[in-house]
This record gives sequence, structure tokens and C-alpha cells, in this order.
Amino acid sequence: MKKPIYMDYQATTPMDPRVLAEMLPWFVEKFGNPASRSHAYGWEAEQAVEKARTQVATLLNADPREIVFTSGATESNNLAIQGVARFYQDKGRHIITPVTEHKAVLDTCRNLEAEGFTVTYLPVKEDGLVDLQQLAEAITAETILVSVMAGNNEIGVVQPLEEIGRLCRQKKVLFHCDAAQGVGKIALDVEAMQIDLLSISGHKIYGPKGVGALYVRRRPRVRLKPIIHGGGHERGMRSGTLPTPLLVGLGSACALAGEEMQAENQRLLSLRQRLLDGILSRLTHVHVNGSLQHRLAGNLNLSFGFVEGESMMMAIKDVAVSSGSACTSASLEPSYVLRALGVSEEQAHTSIRFGLGRFTTIEEIDFTANLVVEAVNRLREMSPLWEMVQDGIDIASIQWASHH
Amino acid sequence: MAYNDKVLDHYENPRNVGSLDKNDPSVGTGMVGAPACGDVMKLQIRVDEQGIIADAKFKTFGCGSAIASSSLVTEWLKGKNLDEALAIKNQQIADELALPPVKIHCSVLAEDAIKTAISDYRSKQK
Repeated sequence: MKKPIYMDYQATTPMDPRVLAEMLPWFVEKFGNPASRSHAYGWEAEQAVEKARTQVATLLNADPREIVFTSGATESNNLAIQGVARFYQDKGRHIITPVTEHKAVLDTCRNLEAEGFTVTYLPVKEDGLVDLQQLAEAITAETILVSVMAGNNEIGVVQPLEEIGRLCRQKKVLFHCDAAQGVGKIALDVEAMQIDLLSISGHKIYGPKGVGALYVRRRPRVRLKPIIHGGGHERGMRSGTLPTPLLVGLGSACALAGEEMQAENQRLLSLRQRLLDGILSRLTHVHVNGSLQHRLAGNLNLSFGFVEGESMMMAIKDVAVSSGSACTSASLEPSYVLRALGVSEEQAHTSIRFGLGRFTTIEEIDFTANLVVEAVNRLREMSPLWEMVQDGIDIASIQWASHH
Repeated sequence: MAYNDKVLDHYENPRNVGSLDKNDPSVGTGMVGAPACGDVMKLQIRVDEQGIIADAKFKTFGCGSAIASSSLVTEWLKGKNLDEALAIKNQQIADELALPPVKIHCSVLAEDAIKTAISDYRSKQK
């Protein structure tokens, strides 16, 4: 077993060796610019790019002409949100997005507010899901775009995309979905879900870093004002020479994800259950953050009562995970996603995200469960809060001096 | 963020973890911080008849630096009289553990814990 065990698959994934093998010829040997129309170097590169485009489209039940290649999901989110906002601003200047979105969406929206757009940051329910009634009520005649993620990066919660898509279509509002954590993990169908724009990342699906895509609906046609200008690549929506090897990698990663999704999800669900059982059967005061039912198979976010997250990560340093604790962030504020679920600050400080993926083994799961149990017991012995709980003192009843 | 060796040493082998009887008149208890802020330190001292700190114990809920800061001060406190103990400044703790700026508050908390424990002990002597 290689240590530290990688259990942070929502942060990034290793490339699948099969993806790398597909990419290799496109660096040195077949290096042509896909935009070169005058010779065979360009032609073969273009062919490879178009094959990748089809592979991405197939995974989403989209048309290849609806796929725009980008540098990653952050750029795709920026292009979708800014592009739609600036193109349709005469129609309206209101955008709706949940508070639990990724910063690539939230910060893009914040910046549009400076341009005079109004943004509604929609609260979510305790399980992390969007309240459809609340969303419907937030849509006004001024609303041009609703942006809701597929799977949450911290708590793995999967939003009701089909219902949201139906609502948006009915209200004639565009629907953008940040699917960086959803593509290849859950079945996505832009037709059935009536999604107008969808962001994709390469490195979350065992493909290369530095590449992504944006699905842009053709019928009815969605228009965008580009944010990167130049040679008019990607039908004018995103200029810049296409990185053939990265696109081949993205396409291949999508093809593999499509083929293996069902079997992989089955396997991940059973591994996750084993991890959860291994922990819950031996520890009390452990809480699952976010809906366990509507959740990516590879995500488990747990709060270990009375054990601070960063010290927990030090204690289980043979496992690479991440925490919603403030101590792990520069801001000293605990996770805004957990806070939005109504998780107390105290509980947010004790959260750990376990990210399982394609290369996670049963041995790694058992090792992790044992290590976690050992670490929590050790740290609770050292925790004044645990001592108080053992003495029957209600921690919530104490007036703590706040200092931050 | 990688941890400094001294922090790691205190974190992995914390000195003087435990509790003293808080109702004992020779024991002073300081509990500082708040769960919502991500750190709570409980520091206890036992003062002998000569006014020397004979024993010190801690329990901490917090990050590695908070645990290391409290572990370190329990070592420093033993053998000191109360005035010497009160002279311990957070900067000394931060320097000893080479805490980065974002972790300075851990050393501040440890200094607060010393002051609160001593003040609790003194209030019991009246």
C-alpha cells in the first residue's frame, strides 16, 4: 500500500494510464496545429480534436458542435456566466445561484454585481439540496440565468437537475450547470435535464489538468459574449490554439467514464459504506454532512465531534484528505458550504472530506477506518470538550469568550 | 502547509496531557477559546506551599499548533513561581515553535490560558 493513501478525489484525480497512453503520440510525433488547413500535420490533429469532441458530447447526450474546449471548469464557468450575462443583458440583469456553489461560480457572479447585475444567492436545505419552490419564487421577469452545480465539491450532494431544468425552461430562463464534479460520476443528459450550458473539467475524471469544456446548447440556440478574443477558434466562443494532447486526454477520459460509470459507482458505493460502517460501529458523535442519499458515490464528509479537523488530518497523515476546518484555510473561517447547511461553526471545524475514486482499494478503506478510529480516540482523550461531555456538561450552555 | 519539527514533536508526543482536580484549592484552572473558533485550551497548574508550580496539565481542542503551544507551556511552567509564569509571553511560544503568522493566535491563547489559570488559583487563596 502506497502512503499517504490518496483519498482526496474531489480535489483532483490521478490520470488513468489508458488516458495517458492515448495522449502521448500527440506531443512530439503528431504535433500539428488543428487549425492548420494546408497540410497533413494539421489535418490529423483536427481529426483527433474532433474525435475528442464527439467523445465529450456522447457522454452528455449532446451534439459535438455544442462542445467548446476551454482550459478547465473555472474558465467554463466564467465563460458561461459572464458570456450569457453580457450577451443577454438587455433582456434582464438578474442571476440566481445557490450559496453552496464553487468559488468559480460565486466569484464570477460577485464580479458581475460590480457591472450592475443583481445576483440572488439561494439558500439550500439542511441536506444541501436546492429548494425548488424557493428557486421558482426567486425567478423574476429580470432573470436571465440560473446556475446550479451537479455535484458539490465538499459534500458531494447531487442537485435535482432534471427538476431545475424543467423549471428554467418553463420560465424561459437559461440553465447553466457546473458539472465539474458530476461528469463521469452521474448520468448526465442535457436533453432530458434541459440544461443549456454545462461546465466540464478534465482532471476530475482521470484526465489531464489544464483542460475542460463548456457545453453550449444549439437548439434553441444559446449565445455567449466571449471572454477570450483572438483567432476565432471554437466558433468564435473561445480563441486560442487547441491543445491537441490535452483534448485527446479529455475525450478519452470521457469515453472511459461513460463505459465504466455504472460498475465504478457500484464499487465506490460499497467501499464508502464499508468506510462509514467501519467508523460508525466504533465511534460515537460522528455526523454525516449533507444528504447521504443524493450524493456522489465517491464522497463522504464527516464531522467528528470534539476533534478539530486540522489536528485530525495531522493524526491521520498517512491518508491524504481535506477538511472544512478554518485552520486549513487562509481566511480562518470554516467552510461556507457546511455553514450554509446550518452546520454549526463548531461542527464545521471538525469536518473531514474523504474522496474515493477509481484507484481506491478495499485495503485502503480498512486501513483508513482503523486509523480514523485510533486518531479520534487519541484526540478525544486530549480534548477538553470531550471531557466535559463525559462529565455530562452541555457544551452549548457555556458562555464562551469569542476571540477568533 | 508542512509543519515545523517542534510542533510535530509536541503534537505527536504531547507533554502533560490530563486533568487535575479543579476543586482542589492548590489547583488553578484556565479554560480559554471557544469551540466555534476552532480552539479551546484547558490549562491547569498545581502550586506547592513554596508558591512554585509543581505540576501542569492540559487538554486542547484545536489544530496542531494549538496542541503544541499548550504542551510547550506545561513544560515551561513547571518549577516556576507565579510571577515568572506570568512573564511568559506569546511571542516566546511562537518563536520556540516557529509558528507562522496565521498560527500566532494559538500562542496568544496559550498565554491567556496561563493568566486565567493563575488568576483562578489566586482567587482560591483569598
